[in-house]
Amino acid sequence: MSAVATGIAVWVRLLAVAVLSAAAPSLLAQADPHAGHGADNGAGISSDAPAGARDPNAYADGIGLTTGPYLLPGVAPPHTADQHDFAGLLLDRFEWVAADDNFGAYDATAWVGGTYKKLLVKSEGAYADGELDESSTDLLYSSAVSSYWDALGGLRYDTGPGPNRSWLAVGMQGLAPYWFELEATAYLGEGGRTGLRLQAEYELLFTQRLVLQPRAEVEIYGRNDPKTATGSGLSSATAGLRLRYEVSRQFAPYLGVEWARNFGNTAEYAHAGGGVSSEVRCVAGIRIWI
Amino acid sequence: MSVDRYLRQREFSLSRRVFLQGLGVGTAMAGGAPWLYAAASPRPLAHGGATAVLSGREIDLLVAETWVNFTGKPRLATTINGSIPAPTLRLREGDTVTIRVTNRLRETTSIHWHGIILPFRMDGVPGISFAGIAPGETFTYRFTLRQSGTYWYHSHSGMQEQTGMYGALIVEPRDGPRIRADREHVLLLSDWMDEDPMRVLARLKNQSDVYNVNRPTARDFFRDVAADGFDSALARRRMWNQMRMNPTDLADLSSVVLTYLVNGMTPADNWRGLYRAGERLRLRFINGCGNTLYDVRIPGLKLTVVQADGQDVEPVTVDEFRFGPGETYDVMVEPRDDAYTIFAQSMERTGFAAGTLSVREGVNAPVPALSAVEWLTMADMMGAMGHGSSHDGMVMDHSGGGMAMDHMHGGMAMDHSQHAGHFDPLAMPSTEVRHASSEYGPSVDMRVDMPRTNLDDPGIGLRNNGRRVLTLADLHTIGGPMDPRGPGREIELHLTGNMERYSWSLDGLEFGRSTPVHLQSGERLRVILQNDTMMTHPMHMHGLWSELENDRGEFVARRHTIPVQPAQRISYLVTADALGRWAWHCHLMYHMDSGMFREVVVS
Repeated sequence: MSAVATGIAVWVRLLAVAVLSAAAPSLLAQADPHAGHGADNGAGISSDAPAGARDPNAYADGIGLTTGPYLLPGVAPPHTADQHDFAGLLLDRFEWVAADDNFGAYDATAWVGGTYKKLLVKSEGAYADGELDESSTDLLYSSAVSSYWDALGGLRYDTGPGPNRSWLAVGMQGLAPYWFELEATAYLGEGGRTGLRLQAEYELLFTQRLVLQPRAEVEIYGRNDPKTATGSGLSSATAGLRLRYEVSRQFAPYLGVEWARNFGNTAEYAHAGGGVSSEVRCVAGIRIWI
Repeated sequence: MSVDRYLRQREFSLSRRVFLQGLGVGTAMAGGAPWLYAAASPRPLAHGGATAVLSGREIDLLVAETWVNFTGKPRLATTINGSIPAPTLRLREGDTVTIRVTNRLRETTSIHWHGIILPFRMDGVPGISFAGIAPGETFTYRFTLRQSGTYWYHSHSGMQEQTGMYGALIVEPRDGPRIRADREHVLLLSDWMDEDPMRVLARLKNQSDVYNVNRPTARDFFRDVAADGFDSALARRRMWNQMRMNPTDLADLSSVVLTYLVNGMTPADNWRGLYRAGERLRLRFINGCGNTLYDVRIPGLKLTVVQADGQDVEPVTVDEFRFGPGETYDVMVEPRDDAYTIFAQSMERTGFAAGTLSVREGVNAPVPALSAVEWLTMADMMGAMGHGSSHDGMVMDHSGGGMAMDHMHGGMAMDHSQHAGHFDPLAMPSTEVRHASSEYGPSVDMRVDMPRTNLDDPGIGLRNNGRRVLTLADLHTIGGPMDPRGPGREIELHLTGNMERYSWSLDGLEFGRSTPVHLQSGERLRVILQNDTMMTHPMHMHGLWSELENDRGEFVARRHTIPVQPAQRISYLVTADALGRWAWHCHLMYHMDSGMFREVVVS
């Protein structure tokens, strides 16, 4: 039950900060050099457009979807799906981890929004004996800045050993050439704490159903935080290989191995706490999206 | 359906009849219409799966939910008069028809008369031509038929077309048939899904390749290495991978979610059209799909195409043709054997629709195997530049996130001298590519700078297949253009999208962010469509004919729906002779609803 209670507490806090996310767009507007250009069309039209580019509204002669001749009284223009919001939930990892101390881990992303602007909740964490040991949850506003890249801005909330920590988050995520899914998010916490989290994922299709997912994650922090056993500099790195079988495209059990290592003071804190600084784990889990 | 599903379904074909199928039986030709063919008198045959025929000047249609079963799972469809397809309407050129449509759904509905020239208030697009037909209400359409040929009608509300609301609309020439046939059959090809189409769209929004079952795999790579060597296998993939594009991205949907139908019957149900030996048959092919481009052939028979989109064309004989949602082709065949298979495989090669032409019940011809999937080529991505080895013909979006890559922007140096010093600068379509400023942003993943302008390409999967395949260049509408004037101006729009985000648009702007295209009443203008995506888009302009021309500005064919191939730039002339507001969109429903849609205002 306590895991559930902890979980609820985390989500309640997240909902509270969701209100703050209304501020995220203006935050992003400052962070995103392209934002100003898209004011007319809302898609962050890139400043890459050459000077002689065609005006897409040039054929309208001032007529709009709701202005001009032959409008029918009381009839709104077609509400096509580009004007709807969509939503999704990806449970990328939901796994049992065999290590020195066995535990469970999850990594989930939920989103709601349109094609270019979304509200995201990303959460990953570990639990054991029915209790959430640690979690890190980002509530992010995502705004497309180019074909394959989104700017992120929002908040992060960590639970775990020691005090819970809150952070402001600014980042980028997208698809790099050769189909690498990349994410880089920088964090600014209370008392001037800083952090950086880098993630990369790839999907190698052996067949249409058998997929190998290499995955790597690195965390870097600006200063020591002994209470959360986090050291400055390169703090931790994990690299995993997960081989999944897609029973359907949306449901896939997997097996994998993961190497995890703590560095520098994080490793020292781990040792001091009786933990290990490096281990190889076996994982088994499921991947689901809806 | 996929091949194995097809085989499984064959076993159960008797138990898996379409519930509503019986409704059509016996009602075919109940509407009579003996005046149709006073001389040649071809007649559709009434038998299992036959579609009802309604004719005359007054017609009542009822839109309601109906239980159907195409896959073994009962599902609620949206139907017109309780059948899929809807009744075939046989109308007569010159008649003023009154069609009352009553809505028994719980949501708004509509019917659009695809390809029919009529007043814009009768065009049936909710939000543009009228408010739609509210639940419980009856809307009366009234218009005069000023054309003849093979057309169709369908819902223009939400995804109701995908869930069953489509039927054939045949307009007989007032002066009697121009095409001599002993018998005719309507072949309305469609696709069905058991799922809610909006959920399918939501899934595509989450993962745009969710229905692609032919993605390149490591196994393909090793096979290529074994066949062509490592370097070649790598080179074949390098560009696709750099560009984050999938060479098997031929269609958004596949047999994973679709069941392919001929006149509302699965391949297992095997729609059958009868003939007597020696008869000359007219087959009216209509693509009423939500999302499927079909490659149609009848092994053993030559197909003589005599009409495209209801307009008579100079007869051209082929083995096969491709058509997308919205298009129609009338073909003549002269069967000699006892049975033939009408085989329509989907463009992405995951399944097929099939039926039988035979002299009597019970005789069948072999069903061909699906063709192998072909990867898209450089020409499909980069147009004219794709024929060389250069990458410079296309500018990919590598901007953003500090990840900008330095690409050569070649292929832009065009020779504009061809326009200089000649009589009329608009005699030929311009070749200078002009991307819209809104194409430089997140909504677009590809821009073609050197498009191909030839019309004689049958398209990916049909090139060099050993068969004579119809191309747009083969079409010549009899009588030439309806308006002898040349264009007074030229407008250019680009078909755009971002597959990763599953977004479709024109000029990088989805419908919700767009402004209408304004045409001056009475003007004759040229519309240039350039496809900056890797998919073929059947573009349908309501209310006005699209008179396709070739890259020399010579008239080709009058169409209502024009398929534009990847990296292709085509043009057509339009005479803006129909006042009002009209829809203009890609007829792939998921593209249309995602925003590849414009409003046209003629005033």
